[in-house]
Amino acid sequence: MSSVNTAKFSLITIAVGAVVMAFAHWVHVDYLYFASYTILQFIVLATAWNILGGYCGYVNFGSAAFFAMGAYSSVFIHKLYPLPVPLLILIGGIVSGLVGFGMGYLTLRLRGSFFAIATLALAVVLQTLVVNWDFVGGSRGAYIIRPEELEFAGITINYIEYLFGLMLLLTMIALVTARTIERSQLGFGFATIRDDELAAEASGVPTLRLKLIATTLSGAFMGMAGAPFPYYIGYLQPSSAFGLEYAVNSIAMPMIGGTTSWVGPLIGAILLGSAQQYATVTISSAVNLLIVGLMLVGFVIIAPNGLIGLVQGWRRKWRQP
Amino acid sequence: MDIGLLINAIAAGLLLGAFYAAVTAGVSISFGMLDIVNIAHPAFIILGSYIAYFFNTNYGVDPILISIIALPAFYALGAAVYQVYYQSFERRGQESLRGLAFFFGLLFVTEVSLILVFGVDYRYVEAAYIGPSIHIGIIDLPLRMLVPCVVSLLLFGAIELFVTRTFIGRAVKAVSQDQMALQLMGVDPIKIKRIAFGISIATAAVAGALLVIIQPVEPSVGREYIGRVFAICVLGGLGSMPGTLIAAMLLGVVESLTATFYGPSWAPAVAFGLLLLTLAFRPAGLLGR
Amino acid sequence: MTGTKGALLHVDNITKRFFGFVALDGIDLEVQPGERLGLIGPNGSGKSTLVNCICGTLQNDSGSVQFDGKTLDGLAAHQRTHRGVSRSFQLPRPFHSMNLVDNLRIPLLYTVHARVGPLRSTGDLDARCLELLEMVGLAKKAKQLPRDLTQVEMRKLELARAVAAEPKLLIADESMAGLSHSEIEDILKLLMQLNERGITIILIEHIMSAVMSFSQRLAVLVSGKKVADGKPEEVVRDPEVVRAYLGQ
Repeated sequence: MSSVNTAKFSLITIAVGAVVMAFAHWVHVDYLYFASYTILQFIVLATAWNILGGYCGYVNFGSAAFFAMGAYSSVFIHKLYPLPVPLLILIGGIVSGLVGFGMGYLTLRLRGSFFAIATLALAVVLQTLVVNWDFVGGSRGAYIIRPEELEFAGITINYIEYLFGLMLLLTMIALVTARTIERSQLGFGFATIRDDELAAEASGVPTLRLKLIATTLSGAFMGMAGAPFPYYIGYLQPSSAFGLEYAVNSIAMPMIGGTTSWVGPLIGAILLGSAQQYATVTISSAVNLLIVGLMLVGFVIIAPNGLIGLVQGWRRKWRQP
Repeated sequence: MDIGLLINAIAAGLLLGAFYAAVTAGVSISFGMLDIVNIAHPAFIILGSYIAYFFNTNYGVDPILISIIALPAFYALGAAVYQVYYQSFERRGQESLRGLAFFFGLLFVTEVSLILVFGVDYRYVEAAYIGPSIHIGIIDLPLRMLVPCVVSLLLFGAIELFVTRTFIGRAVKAVSQDQMALQLMGVDPIKIKRIAFGISIATAAVAGALLVIIQPVEPSVGREYIGRVFAICVLGGLGSMPGTLIAAMLLGVVESLTATFYGPSWAPAVAFGLLLLTLAFRPAGLLGR
Repeated sequence: MTGTKGALLHVDNITKRFFGFVALDGIDLEVQPGERLGLIGPNGSGKSTLVNCICGTLQNDSGSVQFDGKTLDGLAAHQRTHRGVSRSFQLPRPFHSMNLVDNLRIPLLYTVHARVGPLRSTGDLDARCLELLEMVGLAKKAKQLPRDLTQVEMRKLELARAVAAEPKLLIADESMAGLSHSEIEDILKLLMQLNERGITIILIEHIMSAVMSFSQRLAVLVSGKKVADGKPEEVVRDPEVVRAYLGQ
């Protein structure tokens, strides 16, 4: 493993991000912005899921709920007084982070499998609450009119490009955060929870506290990913915000990419996300989801450590003649 | 408050509750006794519903009869799924993260496959007892709810007898408590678990047929049942059949009352909300130990 | 039972039930600082349950556990480890995704540092881990994963990890089962060395020769009750102990 420290890595990430942004600006095809935005969103969701799922070993089936909470807090605020999107992202993160903390506090003392079921229950309860809440549109949905462009310090930016840029920034922050955690004492503690929670406790690891940190962070990032969504899509409905594809993808992408490192969710999201964009357009969205599901089942059985695991396995075999 | 409405809501809730018990019986075995978190169980139920629908619509056979004929096939399916689960996860000690992801994937694949084959329209079956009702005083008992209720109770009773009276049934109960002792007796615990899981999925065949009798189904209906099933399991205390029955009845009644007096859009929240509350405050269940 | 002044560990009338089955029935136990206590009893007598209740892996239903003059009741397991209670698990539970050095680093980071604040640099930590591995004879396998270890080596890792937390009280739960005679000697020597450094030790074992040569005092648990507690030579002659356990 390389010994690139966090500061260096952040700089590299910023550099890569700047290049991507410049390239996108030069190409300037609206559809590409849309498709890339979705993939970036999935990178954040997958990375966020992996903090709790891959690092700590606690499965969250309710990613959609945290994502939707971010989206709906934006809708809620938009109806009161439109705030700039970066602020909405922050608020979405806080809301979903609190939900994550609350839910963790209630259910993390239980076994991992109970926690997973609880996350599923939470998603449905929150969806039902939102469906019955007319202020944010209920089941009819809410419209958010997206401005054409944004004026900032004298420069005029295309609004889609603006959202893309924000999501790119969020993705970079998520990746740097995940990598930093992984290499820190916190990440080390997470790994003990995943390996053997009982032994971790006996060794002095405050497992509940660490799990709560993981749940809160994970939820917060998912909420941040969801906050700009209403602006991106223009019309928000509970069935789309709480859609099952968010839950499946946020699990499938890290598992296929590899759960033990920040690289896994990144690779998984890019590969699976791009494949899905392609499949949705060429085949159908239902077949596309079927393929995701089959790949999840297949990878979980055959390659439990994902693509990273496969690569590591080949490297090991190649080194030992 | 309209007393007639209240009593009918409770009656409907009880009938529904019995059905929920049958639905949960399978999970009581896989989760309660084998400690396998099969969240894909509702998908197998929906599969059962669609099989009942298919043969009922195309060949006019009674849905419950279809499900009984389908029992061996579902049993084999369950045994096969367990074998994969055991080989890939249980043996390697990775059942928590990957096992869950596996079943979630199965749930998803089943649902989407059904959408591709049958579409998202609601499907229903036709049988002689769908339509008429029995009237006892002010109570209306629709036969399409009463018949599944009776079959459910029979199914439930059969499973309870199986677990307590037969050798294999008791071995299943034993395997959940002490695998080593079972091995020392010369019984292969893996085989016992495979049989138990097979039975668990077989119950889904019947539950599926009953479901499509009670209400029209479409592929995503299964997901509502995940919360119900696990709420009942947890509320009733894992592995306790009488507890499961009581919890199921309770859930049925509360849901029915909620739907009647607050509107059906709140109904899904009842089961899942109950589940969350139970997990948060009393994970050992109502008959908590 | 009133506590003896200066007792390091004082278990006061604790009871633990599992769904109606009484695993521990009013257990009283005291351990003096620096003492070597042996704990024996048939399988299922409650030894591991007792350990779990002392260490916080389980919470006792009634009664109290006092350690070093303060109560442990209500504290989580990791907090008790911070206070100085450490245990090895009967079935070794290593962190299987980490190498041996990292396995030992965990208690150092999360327990030792939690007490005195981060005093050591990474280099110092590594040195300490290797020192501990040397102590149990695993230094050569420092960079390997637990799955590359033999059963015996995993037991030693278990003990090393428990010691890494710099405990005042170490509970060794059946670390010797299935070991050869010389391996048992190794572990006994190790435990003796630790005791000479001032660590109080509770040894839970079935291997009577080891228990007899090691213990200053012997307690016997049968069906959740303590049936004997005293000098090893006297306890093994106690007719009730012979009937319930030794005579088997």
